[in-house]
Amino acid sequence: MKQSYFTVIENTPLTDAIVRMRLRGDTSAITRPGQFVNIRLEGRFLRRPISVCDVEGDVLTLIYKVVGGGTEQMRQMPVGTRLDLLTGLGNGYDLTTAGPNPLVIGGGVGVPPMYWLTKQLLAANCCKVTAVLGFNTRSEIFYVDEFRGLGAEVIVATVDGSAGVKGFVTDALAGLDYSYFYTCGPEPMLKAVYRATKGEGQLSFEKRMGCGFGACMGCSCRTITGNKRICKEGPVLRKEEIRWDD
Amino acid sequence: MINAVGLQNPGVDAVIAEELPKLAQCFRKPILANVSGFYVEEYAAVCQKLDSQPQVGWLEVNISCPNVHGGGMSFGTDPAQAAAVTRAVKAVTTKPVIMKLSPNVTDIAAVAKACEEAGADGISLINTLMAMRVDLKTRRPVLANTTGGLSGPAVFPVALRMVWQVARAVSIPVVGMGGVSSAEDVIEMMLAGATAVEIGAANLVDPFICKRIIEELPAVMDRYGIHNLRDIIGGAK
Repeated sequence: MKQSYFTVIENTPLTDAIVRMRLRGDTSAITRPGQFVNIRLEGRFLRRPISVCDVEGDVLTLIYKVVGGGTEQMRQMPVGTRLDLLTGLGNGYDLTTAGPNPLVIGGGVGVPPMYWLTKQLLAANCCKVTAVLGFNTRSEIFYVDEFRGLGAEVIVATVDGSAGVKGFVTDALAGLDYSYFYTCGPEPMLKAVYRATKGEGQLSFEKRMGCGFGACMGCSCRTITGNKRICKEGPVLRKEEIRWDD
Repeated sequence: MINAVGLQNPGVDAVIAEELPKLAQCFRKPILANVSGFYVEEYAAVCQKLDSQPQVGWLEVNISCPNVHGGGMSFGTDPAQAAAVTRAVKAVTTKPVIMKLSPNVTDIAAVAKACEEAGADGISLINTLMAMRVDLKTRRPVLANTTGGLSGPAVFPVALRMVWQVARAVSIPVVGMGGVSSAEDVIEMMLAGATAVEIGAANLVDPFICKRIIEELPAVMDRYGIHNLRDIIGGAK
């Protein structure tokens, strides 16, 4: 974990509610895709945790959804704004288990962390990556071209069928052959992916957090291997350790 | 902040076997061990185990827990029960015992006095204020637990008032806490009667806040003409 100041160098809407923010600063503590940063916002008490979408040198890319006052405040930020960030939070994905043809599955704001993951998987030149990206509707789609640009084979699913496969990401999994899977998305999607996938994989969970660095126990959850803090031992859990309580 | 995290911890045996040795690798000064229990004997049993740990400098006894053998009322809401816990703990340890009080009471000074008379070496306050929010869309409580404990800058004035009341009622040292987030807050708490402060919620926002406050204190003391913090304890008239 590192606390440092970043400067906003871009803050561009991708859809009505999805915004891409690029920041310049010390990215050295960010070591793995699937990690997150925790942003302090003027006038708000607790920080806002946002997953890392990409890191290129000292430029950090975040893609966030405007869901409340804090993220609305972020959307309004002009280029040049200085932000206090905690970086290098969370465990991130383990790429060593990917095998020859991993599948990455992202839903909604679960799509951004899959971008840097896909980029690193392909940069390791070990594999062929298929990305299944799920959205509610055509107007909410973002980053499909960027994933294609990395060299991934992309399958889009929309709940209302306005683009790609009609239905959930799990409806696009039928018939796919893959060596391993990585996923991030809302919890109902993770549960569905957990059930629909064959073989092993890693799932990244989203939880409300007090601190983001393991101190407050606010995001603790039960796993087969004991209690884990989503912010510290997670957010990425291996399929075999997950325990669904409801 | 409103939390309903509870008192998640691995238990005293695991703390002694695993957590204290880990802490010893990075922190060499005495630590304050915060103890909770659901019945009087449990408080005593945990404190007795911690009594043999040289790293532990103080025992801070959280009496905001429900008494499961006494109808579920919190020990801290009844002076007699608070005194009973104090006596039980004092009987099993030679370490200084600080009783941590709940603010969810009518007369916090009465609870503090009962603890002092039962042998407490210090009082710390305040624990969180019981609080609740409702989600306007779902019309359900925001917290799954319905209620939680309010802390952070919002409670600072309430905490300060209670520290002031307790400091005037007892002659043992008072540790002030509740929303302290700056060197100015530390000085204000001490003026109200605290001999020391604790910091909770602010650590979640800035994990380096304690170090920062300690570093900022000398300059803030200069600004207000304070030569020694000891001189200002209870200085608010």
